[in-house]
Amino acid sequence: MKISVVRNILEANERIAEQNRDLFNENNLFVINLMSSPGAGKTSLLEKTIDALKGDLRIGIIEGDIQSSEDAERIAQKGVPVVQINTGGACHLDGNMVRDTFPEFNFKEMDLLVVENVGNLVCPAEFKVGEDFKAMILSVTEGDDKPAKYPLMFHESKVLLINKTDLLPYVDCSVEKIREDSLKINPDLDIFEISCKTGKGLEAWYEWVKDAVRNKRSKKR
Amino acid sequence: MECWSIGVAPFSQYSIIPETGSGVFMHEMSIAQSLLDIIKEEMEKHDAKILRAVRLNVGQMTAVVPQALSFCFEVITNGTELEGARLFMDIVPLKGYCPECDVEFTIEDYTFMCPSCGGSKIETIGGQDLSIVEIEVD
Repeated sequence: MKISVVRNILEANERIAEQNRDLFNENNLFVINLMSSPGAGKTSLLEKTIDALKGDLRIGIIEGDIQSSEDAERIAQKGVPVVQINTGGACHLDGNMVRDTFPEFNFKEMDLLVVENVGNLVCPAEFKVGEDFKAMILSVTEGDDKPAKYPLMFHESKVLLINKTDLLPYVDCSVEKIREDSLKINPDLDIFEISCKTGKGLEAWYEWVKDAVRNKRSKKR
Repeated sequence: MECWSIGVAPFSQYSIIPETGSGVFMHEMSIAQSLLDIIKEEMEKHDAKILRAVRLNVGQMTAVVPQALSFCFEVITNGTELEGARLFMDIVPLKGYCPECDVEFTIEDYTFMCPSCGGSKIETIGGQDLSIVEIEVD
């Protein structure tokens, strides 16, 4: 006997992500799902962003890693609430894991929540956690062929931060090619060229975050 | 953990939510588990006992490797009453729609551009989903 089913396989996760999103919206909390390969600079970007914006915004961070709490220790030193999720092997965060952290936060007292996903250029793009936007980092040391090789993440992201631009003199990587190839995949992508090492280009990113938080708060329910 | 607003948090103050994952490294395992949950639910609904086959649509733009999904499905059904079911996957190509030109087209090389007008305001109408289509049971 054949039974027609027609259901989205990820429906359970998407249902939870939707509930998370409703909760974030009720609290006018702007949420970014930050993704990249391991070592592209997610935690460094967060450290810089917290330093620059913590006078203006109340920030909270969720750190996703397979193992260890090194990232949470780095973020805790910045004096913002942070929760570490250890996935114990899983290569991405899902809606349920993110929901488990909620009792640790007071969303009413927050403006911005960043979920730092597990370092991986493939899997995290497939799982929603309830974010407003996905943002991704590609560092120039990874090479300019990455948009063509990993199109899903470039397609799903609202923001692309091209990091480690201070190393451009030493690597064969064309920022122009990254821009062209990623805009082909996602014409609406906002692209920032940055160096977390020197701070170059970060001002524009900070302004983007502040605008996004302001937009979210102006939609107050 | 207490939630701090702006201020200095002592170095060691953060919570750790441990071991939430399934203990395996492929995300296809999470997908296989979700798939299995749906299959069991549907089988119960139709009072079916034996699973013969499952047919899936796998969008071209999903992060799923069909062989890995097959492998994971085999692993999680192994030794259960659903063991031995065959998994068929149809790859669904990426399709776009341009509202300006009112045309549908296949998206080649992940280039999201209308082939008629060259515009980039296009909607993706296929090839992004991961869905179960049919199960064959007894």
